[in-house]
Amino acid sequence: MSLTANDVKKIAHLARLGIDDQDVESYANDLSGMLDLMTQMSELNTDNVSPMAHPLDQIQRLRPDVVTEHNQREHFQAIAPQVEDGLYLVPKVIE
Amino acid sequence: MTTQWETVIGLEIHTQLATQSKIFSGASTAYGAEPNTQACAVDLGLPGVLPVLNEQAVRMAVTFGLAIDAHIAPHSVFARKNYFYPDLPKGYQISQMDLPIVGNGHLDIEVDGETKRIGITRAHLEEDAGKSLHESYHGMTGIDLNRAGTPLLEIVSEPDMRSAKEAVAYMRKLHELVRYLEICDGNMQEGSFRCDANVSVRPKGQAEFGTRAEIKNINSFKFVEKAINHEIERQIEVIENGGKVVQETRLYDANKDETRSMRSKEEANDYRYFPDPDLLPVVISDEFKAQVKATLPELPHAKKQRFIEQYGQDDESATTLTSSRELADFYEAVVKNSGVDAKLASNWMTGDVLGALNKAGLEISQSPVSAERLAGLLKRIADNTISGRTAKQVFDKLWNGTATADEIIEQEGLKQITDTGAIEAIVDKVIAANPGPVEQYRSGKDKALMALVGQIMKETQGKANPGEVNKMLIEKLKG
Repeated sequence: MSLTANDVKKIAHLARLGIDDQDVESYANDLSGMLDLMTQMSELNTDNVSPMAHPLDQIQRLRPDVVTEHNQREHFQAIAPQVEDGLYLVPKVIE
Repeated sequence: MTTQWETVIGLEIHTQLATQSKIFSGASTAYGAEPNTQACAVDLGLPGVLPVLNEQAVRMAVTFGLAIDAHIAPHSVFARKNYFYPDLPKGYQISQMDLPIVGNGHLDIEVDGETKRIGITRAHLEEDAGKSLHESYHGMTGIDLNRAGTPLLEIVSEPDMRSAKEAVAYMRKLHELVRYLEICDGNMQEGSFRCDANVSVRPKGQAEFGTRAEIKNINSFKFVEKAINHEIERQIEVIENGGKVVQETRLYDANKDETRSMRSKEEANDYRYFPDPDLLPVVISDEFKAQVKATLPELPHAKKQRFIEQYGQDDESATTLTSSRELADFYEAVVKNSGVDAKLASNWMTGDVLGALNKAGLEISQSPVSAERLAGLLKRIADNTISGRTAKQVFDKLWNGTATADEIIEQEGLKQITDTGAIEAIVDKVIAANPGPVEQYRSGKDKALMALVGQIMKETQGKANPGEVNKMLIEKLKG
């Protein structure tokens, strides 16, 4: 399976990655190579293998429902570019 | 001939689970706190943090699954749903895709006296996003992340509903259920229970579905019905004018009573789900399931059946009294405390008590008259200390004060006159003073009797038993 330059641009946009036009072609080649490897692996017979969601053979530990984190807003907001009235300010996202 | 259209509706309902802490962090989920005071490092998506799953959220999801007779997945997986929006700091929402915790189940609804079974495709756990405030920050958007990480159970129905009315009935039923189970407070104003509707139309008899539009975030029962009905009309009009319905997300504007296009679905839908490497598979053991099952409360349908059998109620009052767990508990406490006829208690509950609560805009949990005080009043009606009419006066005083029914009856001298001699004297006096109505009654005008009874009740200040007065009066007028 091979990716086109347009596929690469679309993926980059979805992931909000800025890539230079001159690099698109090489990304397309590299990513296609990875997909080819996947295609090759999917030819293996996995009839007796159950799907795996995680490489660790362990199960999720659960946490008791207790409030353990307390207000540290001042700390967190000290590193934010812009805050007001306790809110984080970001560039306007709707018209 | 014009085409007959059929509507197809499926609902996605987001319920905020009533946990103390968030689904993946130990920050509080309490509503209404100062902005960002309940957003910890995990909720902010700071580097180096890891999510740890809240056991209570899992327990609540399983509770719901058992209540709708669903398959509980012994093995479920969290996935990342990737999109960019400032109220989602990580750039992905932790949700479930291929292996949700709750699988196929169902819920029965009643519409126009008919029972209909609505399929529930799945229910999965996920985290809520924060809130964006778009006003008054000098052209910038303010972000409050207190809500980020609040546990949600997204409940997805099959496209089994055929009218806005059915959709509302399903939504109400689900709302009732999650509150019964005490897994969600159901507060729609605060966004604890939110609904998205997938709506499409097709010519009657056609097997394939039409193209659907999704209406987002409709936050009241009234708006769901209006929004869906509006959307049905819009789609039919588009098709009948030779156009095509576009698959898209639409927003309902309650002020204008219309839906409008929000964004094109093709890009928004490219979420690139993949299993979240930060979380291991969740395993629900049979023991855990059995443990949850043992704590399931009596469900609304079973309770209603029991109210009909145990208390001899009709369908309507049983439905009303079991519409919330609090109301049903209140009623049962009244019956138990008063020892009076269950029917007398249900008449008072569905009539006077609910009427007064509605008028005051209060919930049963906020009732100024407790179950115990109401029981005190009903006892005095049952043992004929006061008449039903006097009881209404006493109820007003119970509502507006703190005294018990017995104290009010004593203070106000409301005890019914049981001395037959005393009543007889008043009856005689009224007959003597009203020759007109007496003559009318004797000449066959039954209505005239009411005027006489009214006079007697006035003389006794309502303290005579109206039934007894009636009987005595008729007896005397005969003679």
